[in-house]
Amino acid sequence: MNNATTRMWGGLAIAFFAIMAFLPVVTSDSIIAVLTLIMMFAFFGQAWNLMMGYVGQLSLGHGLYIGLGAYACAVSVGTFGLSPWLGILIGAVISAVVGAFVAWLGFRFAVKGIYFTLLTIAVAELGRLSFENWSFVGGNAGYFLRVAQDTHPLLSLRGGTTFYYFCFLVLSILGFWGTALLIRSRLGYFWRAIREDEDAARAIGVRALRLKILAVMISAAMTSVGGSFYALLSGSLFPDTMMGMRFSIEIIIAPIIGGMGTLFGPIIGAFFVIPINEISNHAAQSMGIFGLNTLIYGVLILMVIVFLPDGIWPPVAKRIERWMKGGASS
Amino acid sequence: MYSLYANVIAGGVLIGIVYALIALGLTIMFGVMRVVNFAHGELVVLGMYIGYLLWLSLDITPVMAVPLSAIIMFCVGYVLQIGLINRFIRRPHHAQFILFIGLALIITGIHMLVFGPDARSIADPSSFETYEVFGLRLDAVRLYGAAVALVMIALLLLFLRYSSTGSAIRAAADNQTGAQAIGLRVNRLYAVTAGIGVACAGVAGTLISPIFDTQPYLAGELTLLAFIIVIIGGMGSLMGALVGGILIGVSESVAALLINPAMKAMFSYGLMILVLLLRPQGLFGVKQR
Repeated sequence: MNNATTRMWGGLAIAFFAIMAFLPVVTSDSIIAVLTLIMMFAFFGQAWNLMMGYVGQLSLGHGLYIGLGAYACAVSVGTFGLSPWLGILIGAVISAVVGAFVAWLGFRFAVKGIYFTLLTIAVAELGRLSFENWSFVGGNAGYFLRVAQDTHPLLSLRGGTTFYYFCFLVLSILGFWGTALLIRSRLGYFWRAIREDEDAARAIGVRALRLKILAVMISAAMTSVGGSFYALLSGSLFPDTMMGMRFSIEIIIAPIIGGMGTLFGPIIGAFFVIPINEISNHAAQSMGIFGLNTLIYGVLILMVIVFLPDGIWPPVAKRIERWMKGGASS
Repeated sequence: MYSLYANVIAGGVLIGIVYALIALGLTIMFGVMRVVNFAHGELVVLGMYIGYLLWLSLDITPVMAVPLSAIIMFCVGYVLQIGLINRFIRRPHHAQFILFIGLALIITGIHMLVFGPDARSIADPSSFETYEVFGLRLDAVRLYGAAVALVMIALLLLFLRYSSTGSAIRAAADNQTGAQAIGLRVNRLYAVTAGIGVACAGVAGTLISPIFDTQPYLAGELTLLAFIIVIIGGMGSLMGALVGGILIGVSESVAALLINPAMKAMFSYGLMILVLLLRPQGLFGVKQR
């Protein structure tokens, strides 16, 4: 990618996020609530994409890190009375350490491909079961956050719809920017080398083991931060909804449909998937039809993987690029 | 006290044999096509609903429903393979994963649409019968289930070993290009394999329909169960699926008795992680590379 196209995409991203920041002025609260979800899933997607899209390690256990971040933050605030910022940090550190441990265990013993994926599932499920049987965090009965006291939203991190919208918007901007920086760095090139052919990368001196572990740590910590904010937003935590298998799968749908291994993919995917989910969920509830949203989700995923194997974004991006270049030359 | 443990272990062995049939379906698809069927649990649930429906509408007990269930599920697998999965044989693993996640969601969605989220149970008097064998008290449904599963497994092994289609499937598993070169229609063999794999899942589902309450979200657990067994036994190993199934069946029952019913899955996951780390190819698997 040359400088001109990089600048073009950078400009596009800035314009996009500027519009997003302006939206609360003109839209209603209910739309902001949906946009909050979109930004949240975009951010989770970015975190997962870092590991899968750029390093080629498929994790189906990212719900574990959402849950760890969520519980770390909630317990720090609710039980120990600490600042939520500290809780977020604690969660991120715990998740990074757990992620590093899982990755080290797996990669150290040359657990690769689908076996690694199954390891991530097993560890995540083990985590969920432990939380379900751990009375300190409420177990199956759940853990609930009290309503915030009258402090500044930036101190308590509790606020209204618009506040959380901006939280997740900022997170996804940081996620976008951070991913862009990482993949343009030396590290990013090494990661992609590992993704394309690990043995070849190792042969030319890329230290694959530690770079893969690093990718898992960053991805886990990012996911955890998103989980912390989600806990503050929802106020109630259950092991099954916070770190269950279903959450792990839900967060990977947006980046897959949007386009793995691309910067815009997770965001585009979230914009595509979340409204459909919201509408079909709403329709299902108002008409008493269960399973419609699950079915639509499944059909969508199937269509994308069969007809658009790279996701929605790459073909669109190609067209935009061609159009931009054509415009410049004519 | 002794008889309590003996009963629990015997019950575990019986359910383990049915688990082995589930795992066999997964392992045969992996062994032949190198495809990991992540929608396996959903197909087991489909088999459970078939058992439930046949009992509800025609008053057929699940054991009697097995032949019909096997035929239906074989067709499901055959069609899925011809229509979809064959295109993904050469795609990367994650693409296959995503395909099956999509399929799993579709099947669960259909289950939810048709049957709703509530658990369905077969309240037939035959579900509560027990037999006294060697001083052990065994549930009739488990005993029949295990017997039918054993027959299925034996038929499958004989088919793979002695029939010409079975040998062709083994040839295609060993060397796809070579099989094509000598004129085998590999895509059709794959479809038969998928049919068999899905039929195993469906029959096992029909067999457990009187034991577990059928509901759409059981699928995730069953998929994971199948994976745990296959990983412990070794991906692609038929013997491994059998031993792994019984091992998990017994360990689940004993863990539920000794520790806490809610924790029984934990033990299985622990076992699986241990095997993944110490012997990734599984107990009976052959090391690749």
